[in-house]
Amino acid sequence: MRLRRKDLIGIRDLTAEEINLILDTAESLKEVSTRDIKKVPTLRGRTIVNLFYEASTRTRTSFELAAKRLSADIISIATAISSVTKGETLKDTGKNIEAMNPDIIIIRHPHSGAPEILAKSLRPAIVNAGDGAHEHPSQALLDLFTIREKKKKIAGLKVAIVGDITHSRVARSDIYALLKLGASVTVVGPATLIPADIEKMGVKVSYRLEDVIPECDVIIMLRIQLERMTQNLFPSIREYSRIFGLNKDKLKDAKSDLIIMHPGPINRGIELDSEVADGPYSVILEQVTNGIAVRMAILYLLLGGREESESTN
Amino acid sequence: MGLIYNMAFIEKRELLNSQSVERAITRITHEILEKNKGALNLALIGIRTRGIHLAKRIALKIEDIEKIKVPIGVIDITLYRDDIGISEDHPRLQKTEIPFSITDKTIVLIDDVLFTGRTIRAALDAIIDLGRPRFVRLAVLIDRGNRELPIQANFVGRELPTTREEKIQVQLLETDGIDRVVLGEERK
Repeated sequence: MRLRRKDLIGIRDLTAEEINLILDTAESLKEVSTRDIKKVPTLRGRTIVNLFYEASTRTRTSFELAAKRLSADIISIATAISSVTKGETLKDTGKNIEAMNPDIIIIRHPHSGAPEILAKSLRPAIVNAGDGAHEHPSQALLDLFTIREKKKKIAGLKVAIVGDITHSRVARSDIYALLKLGASVTVVGPATLIPADIEKMGVKVSYRLEDVIPECDVIIMLRIQLERMTQNLFPSIREYSRIFGLNKDKLKDAKSDLIIMHPGPINRGIELDSEVADGPYSVILEQVTNGIAVRMAILYLLLGGREESESTN
Repeated sequence: MGLIYNMAFIEKRELLNSQSVERAITRITHEILEKNKGALNLALIGIRTRGIHLAKRIALKIEDIEKIKVPIGVIDITLYRDDIGISEDHPRLQKTEIPFSITDKTIVLIDDVLFTGRTIRAALDAIIDLGRPRFVRLAVLIDRGNRELPIQANFVGRELPTTREEKIQVQLLETDGIDRVVLGEERK
């Protein structure tokens, strides 16, 4: 029952016990962010580097605040204004950062597998902050944390993940995490945006959002990732929005305690109507708050908050 | 903080039986009230895990004597430990719950055993991060000596000089089904 691993690359590698350890630890750490002085000295003297090869507001800021609230030193490298633009390879950039002796490198990269390459070749702990269409483990963990906080459990819940499943690392990490903790998952979207053999992961598939909504305890809406689409996978944004977008009308048969989540950033009026995004079912901003606690737990557990017996006085 | 309970512990001898534990808690309560001249402005903070149960019992006794309910908080010192990343031996992080303002209060910090003093150093840092109490005092059921830091308790249930190799277990009704203190050693 301890996080005995150097890196956090994906939810797929984690056991249910490890996921629960991270969630429990996050629950205890959440209190720090409610204090007047939002800081504990736990990771004093530790150095963390944020290496982001893709645009990000939430994840990068969230990791930065998580590190700062644990008193670690963190710097963020935006590759658009770094030597990466001069043609430095990922491995070389990694080796150079390693030479500056950080304890953790948090990486976001457009290519699946980039964090794993660094994990295998570098000494510091590597945390995947999203790689291509592969995984986004910290997002899945904060999603689970939010669900658990709202529903007091995960096992037995019915969860729908709606949208572009093929291009979504959030969907993949969420599916692994939810299934490991005993929820059942239905993915919903146009056939062109759902991988052909996704049932092998253990999920159900539906192409009609209205059919799925009444039985859902949780709906996770995904962002339509226009930047990742290389071909026209649906006829028009308007048609997508009409069929797979969530609006008040489609929610008329929803359970009264349904929660709606979204990893952000929202395309308002495309996958989510504003009255739903800002409405009573939405826990989207709570996800953001919880993201800091979950990321604090990840950093803390990777840097020595390992678990064993009770200790001495 | 509690001692190591899931490790192989060989009991050598009972140091305090349930009546002695009860008497010690009663005496600590009276000493706290005497020093504070009553229960006014007093708040108790128990250090996880057994310190919490001791704090609750002392609060009940205070209520009996003074007819005042004193606020109780719970502190987990894990985030303030000085051996994170050095020792592998960390308990699972639990919540710190202090549902009152500690500023200007007289805080009595409560733990089961005072040993090296490192737990108390961490607890003091944790408390200071939450506000500015008027006084912080320390109550422990057992002071077993062997301090590594200049820290002293204000209220002590029993002083039990030990060697560093010996182990002391405080068992409480709430966690162990019985009140007693035993001396033992770790199985090698």
